[in-house]
Amino acid sequence: MSVKEWPLWEVFIRGQHGMSHRHVGSLHAVDAKHAIKNARDVYTRRNEGVSIWVVEAAHIAASSPSEKGPMYDPARDKVYRHPTFYDIPDDVGKM
Amino acid sequence: MQPLFEFLLRQGDNALVLGHRTSEWCGTAPALEEDIALTNTALDLIGQTQLWLGYAAEVEGADRSANDLAYLRDVHDFRNLLMLEVPNEDFGRTLMRQFLFDAFQVPWLTALQTSADPRVAEIAAKSLKEATYHLDRSAETVIALGDGTADSNARMQATLDYLWPYVGEIFVDDDTDQTMADALIAPLPSSMRPVWAATIEETAKAACLSLPESDFAHHGGRSGVRHTEHLGHMLATMQVLQRSYPGAVW
Repeated sequence: MSVKEWPLWEVFIRGQHGMSHRHVGSLHAVDAKHAIKNARDVYTRRNEGVSIWVVEAAHIAASSPSEKGPMYDPARDKVYRHPTFYDIPDDVGKM
Repeated sequence: MQPLFEFLLRQGDNALVLGHRTSEWCGTAPALEEDIALTNTALDLIGQTQLWLGYAAEVEGADRSANDLAYLRDVHDFRNLLMLEVPNEDFGRTLMRQFLFDAFQVPWLTALQTSADPRVAEIAAKSLKEATYHLDRSAETVIALGDGTADSNARMQATLDYLWPYVGEIFVDDDTDQTMADALIAPLPSSMRPVWAATIEETAKAACLSLPESDFAHHGGRSGVRHTEHLGHMLATMQVLQRSYPGAVW
Protein backbone atom coordinates (compact mmCIF):
# COMPACT_ATOMS: atom_id res chain seq x y z
CA MET A 1 0.00 0.00 0.00
CA SER A 2 1.40 3.36 -0.94
CA VAL A 3 1.44 6.00 1.73
CA LYS A 4 -0.38 9.06 0.45
CA GLU A 5 -0.11 12.35 2.26
CA TRP A 6 -3.34 14.09 3.14
CA PRO A 7 -3.74 17.42 1.34
CA LEU A 8 -2.46 20.58 2.98
CA TRP A 9 -4.94 23.13 4.38
CA GLU A 10 -4.34 26.71 5.45
CA VAL A 11 -6.03 27.71 8.68
CA PHE A 12 -7.51 31.10 9.58
CA ILE A 13 -8.79 31.88 13.07
CA ARG A 14 -10.82 34.79 14.34
CA GLY A 15 -9.84 35.44 17.93
CA GLN A 16 -11.98 36.38 20.91
CA HIS A 17 -11.79 40.10 20.19
CA GLY A 18 -10.38 39.91 16.70
CA MET A 19 -12.09 41.77 13.89
CA SER A 20 -11.04 39.40 11.14
CA HIS A 21 -9.73 35.92 10.53
CA ARG A 22 -5.96 35.68 10.58
CA HIS A 23 -3.74 33.06 9.07
CA VAL A 24 -2.31 30.96 11.88
CA GLY A 25 -0.68 28.06 10.07
CA SER A 26 -1.38 24.94 8.10
CA LEU A 27 -2.13 21.27 8.64
CA HIS A 28 -2.98 18.07 6.81
CA ALA A 29 -6.50 16.64 6.60
CA VAL A 30 -8.59 14.47 4.29
CA ASP A 31 -11.40 16.98 3.71
CA ALA A 32 -12.76 20.32 4.88
CA LYS A 33 -14.68 18.94 7.87
CA HIS A 34 -11.66 16.99 9.03
CA ALA A 35 -9.49 20.09 8.54
CA ILE A 36 -11.77 22.16 10.78
CA LYS A 37 -11.65 19.48 13.47
CA ASN A 38 -7.89 19.27 13.23
CA ALA A 39 -7.64 23.06 13.32
CA ARG A 40 -9.75 23.06 16.47
CA ASP A 41 -7.33 20.62 18.08
CA VAL A 42 -4.10 22.09 16.77
CA TYR A 43 -4.75 25.83 16.87
CA THR A 44 -7.47 26.56 19.46
CA ARG A 45 -6.23 24.54 22.43
CA ARG A 46 -5.61 27.67 24.45
CA ASN A 47 -8.93 29.31 23.80
CA GLU A 48 -7.56 31.36 20.90
CA GLY A 49 -10.54 31.46 18.64
CA VAL A 50 -14.25 31.78 18.11
CA SER A 51 -14.32 30.98 14.41
CA ILE A 52 -12.24 28.86 12.03
CA TRP A 53 -11.82 29.04 8.26
CA VAL A 54 -9.87 26.47 6.31
CA VAL A 55 -8.95 26.44 2.66
CA GLU A 56 -7.06 23.81 0.75
CA ALA A 57 -3.61 25.25 0.12
CA ALA A 58 -3.77 24.22 -3.56
CA HIS A 59 -6.68 26.63 -4.02
CA ILE A 60 -4.70 29.66 -2.92
CA ALA A 61 -3.30 31.68 -5.80
CA ALA A 62 -0.19 33.56 -4.73
CA SER A 63 1.83 36.38 -6.21
CA SER A 64 5.28 35.45 -7.34
CA PRO A 65 8.26 36.65 -5.27
CA SER A 66 10.25 37.28 -8.48
CA GLU A 67 7.74 39.97 -9.48
CA LYS A 68 8.36 41.87 -6.27
CA GLY A 69 9.79 44.90 -8.06
CA PRO A 70 7.00 45.59 -10.55
CA MET A 71 4.33 44.55 -8.02
CA TYR A 72 5.27 46.66 -5.03
CA ASP A 73 7.97 49.20 -5.79
CA PRO A 74 5.68 51.65 -7.64
CA ALA A 75 3.70 52.15 -4.41
CA ARG A 76 6.78 52.99 -2.37
CA ASP A 77 7.15 56.69 -3.28
CA LYS A 78 3.45 57.53 -3.20
CA VAL A 79 3.26 58.68 0.38
CA TYR A 80 0.02 60.54 -0.31
CA ARG A 81 -1.72 57.18 -0.43
CA HIS A 82 -1.14 56.76 3.30
CA PRO A 83 -3.69 58.54 5.44
CA THR A 84 -0.97 59.95 7.70
CA PHE A 85 -1.81 63.58 6.89
CA TYR A 86 -5.18 63.54 8.58
CA ASP A 87 -6.03 64.08 12.23
CA ILE A 88 -8.43 61.38 13.28
CA PRO A 89 -10.66 62.27 16.23
CA ASP A 90 -10.28 59.88 19.15
CA ASP A 91 -13.96 58.98 19.26
CA VAL A 92 -13.81 57.53 15.75
CA GLY A 93 -12.23 54.46 17.34
CA LYS A 94 -10.56 51.66 15.43
CA MET A 95 -10.22 52.17 11.69
CA MET B 1 -18.64 1.01 50.58
CA GLN B 2 -21.05 3.94 50.33
CA PRO B 3 -23.11 3.73 47.14
CA LEU B 4 -22.42 7.36 46.16
CA PHE B 5 -18.66 6.85 46.60
CA GLU B 6 -18.88 3.68 44.52
CA PHE B 7 -20.85 5.52 41.83
CA LEU B 8 -18.33 8.37 41.70
CA LEU B 9 -15.41 5.94 41.47
CA ARG B 10 -17.06 4.33 38.46
CA GLN B 11 -17.35 7.67 36.70
CA GLY B 12 -13.85 8.77 37.64
CA ASP B 13 -12.16 5.45 36.88
CA ASN B 14 -13.76 5.26 33.44
CA ALA B 15 -12.32 8.69 32.63
CA LEU B 16 -8.96 7.91 34.23
CA VAL B 17 -8.35 4.56 32.57
CA LEU B 18 -9.49 5.69 29.13
CA GLY B 19 -7.57 8.94 29.59
CA HIS B 20 -4.38 7.06 30.39
CA ARG B 21 -4.81 4.63 27.50
CA THR B 22 -5.40 7.57 25.16
CA SER B 23 -2.34 9.37 26.48
CA GLU B 24 -0.22 6.39 25.41
CA TRP B 25 -0.56 7.73 21.85
CA CYS B 26 1.25 10.94 22.73
CA GLY B 27 4.14 11.22 20.28
CA THR B 28 3.30 8.01 18.37
CA ALA B 29 -0.02 8.65 16.59
CA PRO B 30 -0.19 8.06 12.83
CA ALA B 31 -0.34 11.78 11.98
CA LEU B 32 0.73 14.90 13.84
CA GLU B 33 -2.83 16.25 13.78
CA GLU B 34 -4.25 13.01 15.22
CA ASP B 35 -1.51 12.97 17.83
CA ILE B 36 -2.55 16.38 19.11
CA ALA B 37 -6.25 15.50 18.92
CA LEU B 38 -5.73 12.30 20.92
CA THR B 39 -3.63 14.13 23.48
CA ASN B 40 -6.39 16.74 23.82
CA THR B 41 -8.90 13.95 24.37
CA ALA B 42 -6.66 12.37 27.00
CA LEU B 43 -6.32 15.70 28.79
CA ASP B 44 -10.10 16.23 28.70
CA LEU B 45 -10.56 12.84 30.32
CA ILE B 46 -7.91 13.42 32.98
CA GLY B 47 -9.63 16.74 33.75
CA GLN B 48 -12.93 14.93 34.19
CA THR B 49 -11.17 12.40 36.40
CA GLN B 50 -10.02 15.18 38.74
CA LEU B 51 -13.61 16.34 39.15
CA TRP B 52 -15.14 12.90 39.71
CA LEU B 53 -12.41 11.54 41.97
CA GLY B 54 -12.14 14.86 43.80
CA TYR B 55 -15.79 14.62 44.72
CA ALA B 56 -15.42 10.89 45.46
CA ALA B 57 -12.64 11.66 47.94
CA GLU B 58 -14.83 14.25 49.69
CA VAL B 59 -17.73 11.83 49.90
CA GLU B 60 -15.49 9.09 51.27
CA GLY B 61 -14.24 11.43 54.00
CA ALA B 62 -11.13 9.33 54.64
CA ASP B 63 -8.64 12.15 54.12
CA ARG B 64 -7.70 10.94 50.66
CA SER B 65 -7.31 13.18 47.61
CA ALA B 66 -8.16 12.61 43.94
CA ASN B 67 -4.43 11.94 43.42
CA ASP B 68 -4.41 9.29 46.16
CA LEU B 69 -7.37 7.56 44.54
CA ALA B 70 -5.76 7.65 41.11
CA TYR B 71 -2.22 6.70 42.00
CA LEU B 72 -2.37 4.67 45.19
CA ARG B 73 -5.18 2.20 44.59
CA ASP B 74 -4.55 -1.25 43.20
CA VAL B 75 -6.35 -3.22 40.48
CA HIS B 76 -9.15 -4.63 42.62
CA ASP B 77 -10.12 -1.13 43.81
CA PHE B 78 -10.71 0.16 40.28
CA ARG B 79 -14.30 0.45 39.02
CA ASN B 80 -13.84 1.15 35.30
CA LEU B 81 -15.43 -0.75 32.43
CA LEU B 82 -13.26 -3.61 31.18
CA MET B 83 -13.53 -2.27 27.63
CA LEU B 84 -11.55 0.81 28.62
CA GLU B 85 -8.55 -1.05 30.05
CA VAL B 86 -7.74 -3.40 27.15
CA PRO B 87 -4.63 -2.28 25.23
CA ASN B 88 -4.91 0.25 22.40
CA GLU B 89 -3.56 -2.31 19.91
CA ASP B 90 -3.83 0.07 16.94
CA PHE B 91 -5.35 3.40 15.94
CA GLY B 92 -8.52 1.65 14.73
CA ARG B 93 -9.24 -0.10 18.01
CA THR B 94 -8.45 3.05 19.97
CA LEU B 95 -10.98 5.09 18.01
CA MET B 96 -13.58 2.32 17.88
CA ARG B 97 -13.43 1.97 21.67
CA GLN B 98 -13.61 5.74 22.06
CA PHE B 99 -16.68 5.77 19.82
CA LEU B 100 -18.46 2.92 21.66
CA PHE B 101 -17.81 4.73 24.95
CA ASP B 102 -18.66 8.25 23.69
CA ALA B 103 -21.97 7.01 22.29
CA PHE B 104 -22.87 6.06 25.86
CA GLN B 105 -21.29 9.05 27.61
CA VAL B 106 -23.23 11.68 25.68
CA PRO B 107 -26.74 10.51 26.64
CA TRP B 108 -25.46 9.46 30.08
CA LEU B 109 -23.94 12.85 30.93
CA THR B 110 -26.97 14.56 29.41
CA ALA B 111 -29.15 12.67 31.89
CA LEU B 112 -26.78 13.34 34.79
CA GLN B 113 -27.16 17.08 34.22
CA THR B 114 -30.51 16.82 36.00
CA SER B 115 -29.15 14.72 38.86
CA ALA B 116 -30.61 15.35 42.33
CA ASP B 117 -26.99 15.76 43.46
CA PRO B 118 -25.91 19.25 42.32
CA ARG B 119 -22.20 18.35 42.23
CA VAL B 120 -22.91 15.42 39.93
CA ALA B 121 -25.02 17.68 37.72
CA GLU B 122 -22.23 20.28 37.53
CA ILE B 123 -19.52 17.78 36.64
CA ALA B 124 -21.79 16.22 34.01
CA ALA B 125 -22.55 19.60 32.42
CA LYS B 126 -18.87 20.42 32.13
CA SER B 127 -17.90 16.96 30.83
CA LEU B 128 -20.74 16.81 28.32
CA LYS B 129 -19.29 19.51 26.09
CA GLU B 130 -16.05 17.55 25.82
CA ALA B 131 -17.84 14.22 25.31
CA THR B 132 -19.96 15.70 22.52
CA TYR B 133 -16.83 16.74 20.64
CA HIS B 134 -15.18 13.37 21.32
CA LEU B 135 -18.21 11.57 19.88
CA ASP B 136 -18.25 13.78 16.81
CA ARG B 137 -14.61 13.04 16.16
CA SER B 138 -14.59 9.33 17.02
CA ALA B 139 -17.75 8.61 14.98
CA GLU B 140 -16.31 10.35 11.95
CA THR B 141 -13.05 8.46 12.22
CA VAL B 142 -14.88 5.14 12.56
CA ILE B 143 -16.86 5.97 9.43
CA ALA B 144 -13.77 7.11 7.53
CA LEU B 145 -11.84 3.94 8.36
CA GLY B 146 -14.82 1.58 8.03
CA ASP B 147 -15.84 3.06 4.70
CA GLY B 148 -12.21 3.35 3.59
CA THR B 149 -10.08 0.74 1.89
CA ALA B 150 -10.72 -3.01 1.96
CA ASP B 151 -7.87 -3.29 4.46
CA SER B 152 -9.13 -0.57 6.80
CA ASN B 153 -12.68 -1.94 6.63
CA ALA B 154 -11.51 -5.45 7.54
CA ARG B 155 -9.47 -4.13 10.46
CA MET B 156 -12.33 -2.01 11.79
CA GLN B 157 -14.70 -4.97 11.54
CA ALA B 158 -12.18 -7.14 13.41
CA THR B 159 -11.80 -4.54 16.14
CA LEU B 160 -15.58 -4.14 16.47
CA ASP B 161 -15.87 -7.93 16.81
CA TYR B 162 -13.12 -7.87 19.43
CA LEU B 163 -14.68 -5.10 21.52
CA TRP B 164 -18.29 -6.23 21.21
CA PRO B 165 -18.23 -8.74 24.12
CA TYR B 166 -17.16 -5.83 26.36
CA VAL B 167 -19.94 -3.36 25.53
CA GLY B 168 -22.67 -5.23 27.40
CA GLU B 169 -21.06 -4.39 30.73
CA ILE B 170 -21.99 -0.73 30.28
CA PHE B 171 -25.67 -1.60 30.70
CA VAL B 172 -25.65 -4.18 33.51
CA ASP B 173 -27.53 -2.64 36.45
CA ASP B 174 -26.56 -3.62 39.98
CA ASP B 175 -27.45 -2.59 43.56
CA THR B 176 -25.37 0.58 43.37
CA ASP B 177 -27.15 1.64 40.19
CA GLN B 178 -30.52 0.92 41.76
CA THR B 179 -29.65 3.00 44.85
CA MET B 180 -28.56 5.90 42.63
CA ALA B 181 -31.74 5.63 40.57
CA ASP B 182 -33.94 5.56 43.70
CA ALA B 183 -32.18 8.70 44.97
CA LEU B 184 -32.62 10.36 41.54
CA ILE B 185 -28.85 10.83 41.34
CA ALA B 186 -28.50 8.87 38.09
CA PRO B 187 -30.71 6.87 35.75
CA LEU B 188 -30.22 3.13 35.41
CA PRO B 189 -27.45 2.42 32.88
CA SER B 190 -29.76 -0.09 31.16
CA SER B 191 -32.13 2.77 30.28
CA MET B 192 -29.41 4.26 28.05
CA ARG B 193 -29.19 1.21 25.80
CA PRO B 194 -31.80 2.17 23.17
CA VAL B 195 -30.32 5.58 22.41
CA TRP B 196 -26.80 4.12 22.47
CA ALA B 197 -27.85 1.33 20.11
CA ALA B 198 -29.41 3.84 17.71
CA THR B 199 -26.13 5.78 17.50
CA ILE B 200 -24.11 2.59 17.04
CA GLU B 201 -26.40 1.24 14.33
CA GLU B 202 -26.45 4.48 12.39
CA THR B 203 -22.67 4.87 12.51
CA ALA B 204 -21.96 1.21 11.74
CA LYS B 205 -24.18 1.47 8.69
CA ALA B 206 -22.37 4.56 7.45
CA ALA B 207 -19.07 2.81 8.16
CA CYS B 208 -20.05 -0.33 6.20
CA LEU B 209 -19.59 -2.44 9.35
CA SER B 210 -21.91 -5.14 10.64
CA LEU B 211 -22.77 -5.35 14.33
CA PRO B 212 -22.08 -8.73 15.93
CA GLU B 213 -25.20 -10.56 17.04
CA SER B 214 -23.88 -12.12 20.22
CA ASP B 215 -25.18 -10.74 23.53
CA PHE B 216 -22.37 -12.32 25.53
CA ALA B 217 -20.92 -9.73 27.89
CA HIS B 218 -17.73 -9.80 29.94
CA HIS B 219 -18.26 -7.99 33.21
CA GLY B 220 -16.56 -7.42 36.54
CA GLY B 221 -14.85 -4.09 35.87
CA ARG B 222 -17.56 -1.75 37.14
CA SER B 223 -18.13 -3.96 40.16
CA GLY B 224 -14.40 -4.51 40.73
CA VAL B 225 -14.90 -8.27 40.94
CA ARG B 226 -12.59 -9.21 38.09
CA HIS B 227 -10.49 -6.99 35.85
CA THR B 228 -8.60 -8.17 32.79
CA GLU B 229 -4.91 -8.97 33.10
CA HIS B 230 -4.17 -5.70 31.29
CA LEU B 231 -5.13 -3.25 34.04
CA GLY B 232 -2.29 -4.24 36.36
CA HIS B 233 0.29 -3.61 33.66
CA MET B 234 -1.29 -0.28 32.85
CA LEU B 235 -1.32 0.79 36.50
CA ALA B 236 2.31 -0.24 36.91
CA THR B 237 3.23 2.32 34.27
CA MET B 238 0.73 4.93 35.37
CA GLN B 239 1.55 4.76 39.08
CA VAL B 240 5.27 4.09 39.07
CA LEU B 241 6.25 7.63 39.94
CA GLN B 242 3.97 7.95 42.97
CA ARG B 243 4.90 4.45 44.10
CA SER B 244 8.64 5.11 43.79
CA TYR B 245 8.60 8.64 45.17
CA PRO B 246 5.56 8.83 47.46
CA GLY B 247 4.14 12.35 47.69
CA ALA B 248 6.19 13.69 44.77
CA VAL B 249 4.67 16.90 43.40
CA TRP B 250 5.45 19.28 40.54
